[in-house]
Amino acid sequence: MAKSNKPIFWGLFAAGGTVTAFITPALALITLFAAMRFSPDMFTYGAIHAFAAHWLGKLVIFGVILLSLWHAAHRTRVTVHDFGVRADGLVAIVVYSLAGLGTLLTLYYLLYI
Amino acid sequence: MNKPYVRSLSKTGWFLTQPRYKRYMAREVTCLFIFAYTFLLIWGLKRLAEGPDAFQGFLNALHSPLGVLFNLAVLIAAVYHSTSWFNVTPQAMPIMRGEEFVPGNIIVGAHYAVWAVVSLIVLILGV
Amino acid sequence: MSERQIQLEVLRYNPETDSEPRYQSYSVPCLNEWVVLDALNYVKDNLDPTLSYRWSCHMAVCGSCGMMINGEPKLACKAFIHEYTDQIRVDPLANFPIERDLVTSVEDFITKLASVKPYLIPKSDQPVSAGEFKQTPAELKKFKQYTLCINCMLCYAACPQYGLVPEFLGPAAISMAHRYNQDSRDGGRDERQEVIASDEGVWECSFVGACSEVCPKHVDPAGALQQVKVASTIDWYKEHLMPWMKK
Repeated sequence: MAKSNKPIFWGLFAAGGTVTAFITPALALITLFAAMRFSPDMFTYGAIHAFAAHWLGKLVIFGVILLSLWHAAHRTRVTVHDFGVRADGLVAIVVYSLAGLGTLLTLYYLLYI
Repeated sequence: MNKPYVRSLSKTGWFLTQPRYKRYMAREVTCLFIFAYTFLLIWGLKRLAEGPDAFQGFLNALHSPLGVLFNLAVLIAAVYHSTSWFNVTPQAMPIMRGEEFVPGNIIVGAHYAVWAVVSLIVLILGV
Repeated sequence: MSERQIQLEVLRYNPETDSEPRYQSYSVPCLNEWVVLDALNYVKDNLDPTLSYRWSCHMAVCGSCGMMINGEPKLACKAFIHEYTDQIRVDPLANFPIERDLVTSVEDFITKLASVKPYLIPKSDQPVSAGEFKQTPAELKKFKQYTLCINCMLCYAACPQYGLVPEFLGPAAISMAHRYNQDSRDGGRDERQEVIASDEGVWECSFVGACSEVCPKHVDPAGALQQVKVASTIDWYKEHLMPWMKK
């Protein structure tokens, strides 16, 4: 038996699971407020742009998005198998490609800001 | 005489057979919401990079029944993910103090406390 | 002492005459203090001597009377009649082939258990005259809970991943490997990692957690497997990103 390479993805999955557990509910609450137009003062372009323009803000955004993507991608791979689809290789390529694409786009937009 | 009878699980319906399997699948399915939500964030980031008008367009698009419904679904899924994640931390990462393990509810409680603080910070920054 | 008439629905399978299993119902006068194993013994002694099942100690130590009671993996000697209604369904342990009636084939588990080398592999040979390997209470505490495993296989019956992917090494075997890996006297982790850090090893686990919920000895195999994943992941990153760390 050979040692598995799953630790690469599992490491990101576990780190991402922790980060999303701490942060995603609060983020989703904010975007929910934004979607409901709770208050005109919140979620303004100026404030968010200022945060994303700072190198520390960029780093935080990149870290959160990267780990969320790879957490979700790996768990999706497992979940698809759990629902009875037996095409793990293909599913892995699709979900990890999505996560990779999202990672690159995030990097690109952040550098653009 | 050796003629063992093999029973097999249904590949597509096994998780309907026990409540604990349903809870597990509910936990796993939260990732689909987090996956989709992360792409929403990336889209928002793109519009942010494109300038104030583009970002306002993003907010306008978000301001719809579908946008509210989606964010609400993500919020519920994310909270379910958080609780299911924190509740098993003592199993995955037990901590020893001297000759004893730190009781599980202290480890879980500490995670909930940090979660509250982090959420507060994110909300203050975001609102 | 109160007595209750219990309908015991037992899955029967005779490999010599049956092509598939069928339920047989027995009406058993049960004392309220009884466990399901007592009811089965009553059937065997008074109603139907052909009923086959495994049991030995009657006190949750030997691990041989594992079966599905109302669909839940249980030790029949620990399943009290007073916790059930008047109708109880008994099936052989799920996810294992049925040999006869409630007797399942355990070969797969035994082979897997043996493959993880569940015994002390000392770091270096030491003559008896050098004395015993000493261990502090804290070092003992680290793995003690895993030593309580009685190999009853309830965790395998609860694990859907084992049911779906029979190659999976499974909860008890990996927990046992973890037990020795955590032992301060042991030096065999590298050998065990070759088996448990494979795809069919710990990586087939998705932390359903059912194994720990049904474990009659509170071994918490699910916890052990997550700890093995964490340790194996650290190994992988060390090996591939920091090759100079390799011994």
